[in-house]
Amino acid sequence: MDLLRFSTCGSVDDGKSTLIGRLLYDSKSIFEDQLEAVENSSRKRGDEHVNLALLTDGLKAEREQGITIDVAYRYFATPKRKFIIADTPGHVQYTRNMVTGASTSQLAIVLVDARKGVIEQTRRHSFLVNLLRINHIVLAINKMDLVDFDQEVFNQIEKDYRAFASGLDNPMEITAIPLAALHGDNIVDPSDNMPWYSGPTLLQHLEVVEVLDAENHDDARFPVQWVIRPQSEAYPDFRAFAGRVAGGVFRPGQKVMALPSGFESTIKAIHTIEGDLDEAFAPLSVSLSLEDEIDISRGDMIVSSDDLPRHEQELNATICWFSEKKLIPRGKYYLRHTTREVQAIVSALNYKVDINTLERDEDTANFALNDIGQIHIRTSSPLFFDAYKRNRITGSFILIDAGTNETVAGGMIE
Amino acid sequence: MPLDTATDFHLTHLRELESEAIYVLRETAAQFQNPGLLFSGGKDSIVMAHLARKAFFPALIPFPLVHVDTGHNFPETIAYRDQFVKDYGARLVVGYVQDSIDRGTAVEETGPTASRNSIQSVTLLETIEENDFDAVLGGGRRDEEKARAKERFFSHRSAFGQWEPKNQRPELWNIFNGRKAFGEHFRVFPLSNWTEMDVWQYIRAEQIPLPNLYFSHQRRVFLRGKAWLDTETGFIAPQTGEHIEERTVRFRTIGDVTCTGAVDSRADNLDDIIAEVAAARQTERGTRADDQRSETAMEDRKREGYF
Repeated sequence: MDLLRFSTCGSVDDGKSTLIGRLLYDSKSIFEDQLEAVENSSRKRGDEHVNLALLTDGLKAEREQGITIDVAYRYFATPKRKFIIADTPGHVQYTRNMVTGASTSQLAIVLVDARKGVIEQTRRHSFLVNLLRINHIVLAINKMDLVDFDQEVFNQIEKDYRAFASGLDNPMEITAIPLAALHGDNIVDPSDNMPWYSGPTLLQHLEVVEVLDAENHDDARFPVQWVIRPQSEAYPDFRAFAGRVAGGVFRPGQKVMALPSGFESTIKAIHTIEGDLDEAFAPLSVSLSLEDEIDISRGDMIVSSDDLPRHEQELNATICWFSEKKLIPRGKYYLRHTTREVQAIVSALNYKVDINTLERDEDTANFALNDIGQIHIRTSSPLFFDAYKRNRITGSFILIDAGTNETVAGGMIE
Repeated sequence: MPLDTATDFHLTHLRELESEAIYVLRETAAQFQNPGLLFSGGKDSIVMAHLARKAFFPALIPFPLVHVDTGHNFPETIAYRDQFVKDYGARLVVGYVQDSIDRGTAVEETGPTASRNSIQSVTLLETIEENDFDAVLGGGRRDEEKARAKERFFSHRSAFGQWEPKNQRPELWNIFNGRKAFGEHFRVFPLSNWTEMDVWQYIRAEQIPLPNLYFSHQRRVFLRGKAWLDTETGFIAPQTGEHIEERTVRFRTIGDVTCTGAVDSRADNLDDIIAEVAAARQTERGTRADDQRSETAMEDRKREGYF
């Protein structure tokens, strides 16, 4: 059984929480005591139906306001797959939460209200998902019951969406599914109300969709987390570098280079407690030993000798700003990239993106909470990186405020 | 779990969860000066300690196991803990709830249903302070309850040990920000993305030994609420109207004796336990009439959420 991580975007008005509640409920992942609690709450609120949205909105403020503020993670499994849902809020003031949820996802469900079609919010969500390079989209056209299950409505929305998506930077594989989440149509079982739709139900699609392209298996990248040196009687000279493969494949005998030193060596072995491996690939956690004694420590990167990452102190990146405190031009921040931390100066603000119109705005005077745009960064020592579109791990970083230690931005390297 | 289950760059869900947890354990060791790993002898903390061994193999676990001891222990739990420490050369730090009570920083509950469960957190915070821990690894999972579903892997705590759910640091990709001011600390949850079923499947796949309490056995117990409470350890006694019986039971979670209930069960091996957990899911969905197993499973779940 494998694992699929997906995120859902859409506001509560689109029925997002209902859709998730329905997935959990119809895949039999809800326990009786949880359901009872939701039934009680629904009654107290005077809701007409059992409000499945209450299953997911956990924080008190969310229940009071009926909206999802933070990213919540949900789990369910079918005999075919295990799923992790990053349930993200849709309102514009929670852009940062959407970005957070999308950052670990392999697929996104973009919800559309069939009565409204593709609206500003749909475009915003899709832009963000595309920016984070989620290549698999389920266009969930919900509330089909409110448009008499009309095939024409569905077709038009799908057409509109594909036209819009073709203008985004990264190509996406889009699967459109007509739903009525409140009643369960096409969630798990095919809907009797839409005989014209012959595609998979939402769950059928999630169970079989191939998302292998989320990991990079081409460029060997191994950020070193920790050096293992037991210095024990049994292992007097053992020295290995612990980490999680961030890209490509490592095999014993392979020529590798350590960065930043530039020293080359050969992989001696790939260690795990169960024994040595013939190969290691993302996202496996292993430890590597090398044939030569090279000084390597946390924050260094072991890479394939004939396929080096960029190795620079200047870079352009698209960032999403997370903090109430505005970005300070020429301000200094800590930059954390894989296991490496350096100091960084934001040396230029190139543009902001209006995430509703997708237009670039050169006026960057106020780069504030939830803003997205491109900046230029200079770092105190070199980073070893790939473009985000090539590798989500070696192409991403966060900025940390040196005073408050808050994470103030997430960045994707151009 | 043989490693060759990975083919064509596919990993099983258990292997992926394992890899993620090992990554988090290593980040914790690297980003903090003095972490500790909470070890209660319960299955989640046993799995976490097992993963910690893997993460740093062949070196020893580079941080101590921390046990908050209520004084109301099953002897099997303490024996398991001490054996683990001995077998793997781990260090052990114990914080005693009794010490907090003697000091007057914790007040013991009174009455027939008194438990030391809720005052454990006082002792935990005192243990953190006394030992200067700047990160404490816990076995908490996001599937346990709603508020936990929004918990981060690296969860920041103020100098008073408090969690501010509305002001959490965003956690993007796999980059964890463990920066903090003096006196603050972090709770770290490597098993965040695991479910109860994942934990059991992993225990089976890895053949991780568990205390015998988890398997079906004969025990003298009495019924309170929906759970069978233990009489053999002597920490809790039946009240009027509660009768001692000898039953075939097992524990689905293990903690303080006074609030850990047993369930009727004949599951004496991991396959049967996993079948039981799966069956409990089915009946809890309300598709079947309640049976004893499902009711207690529900109770069990609430208990787990309690932590």
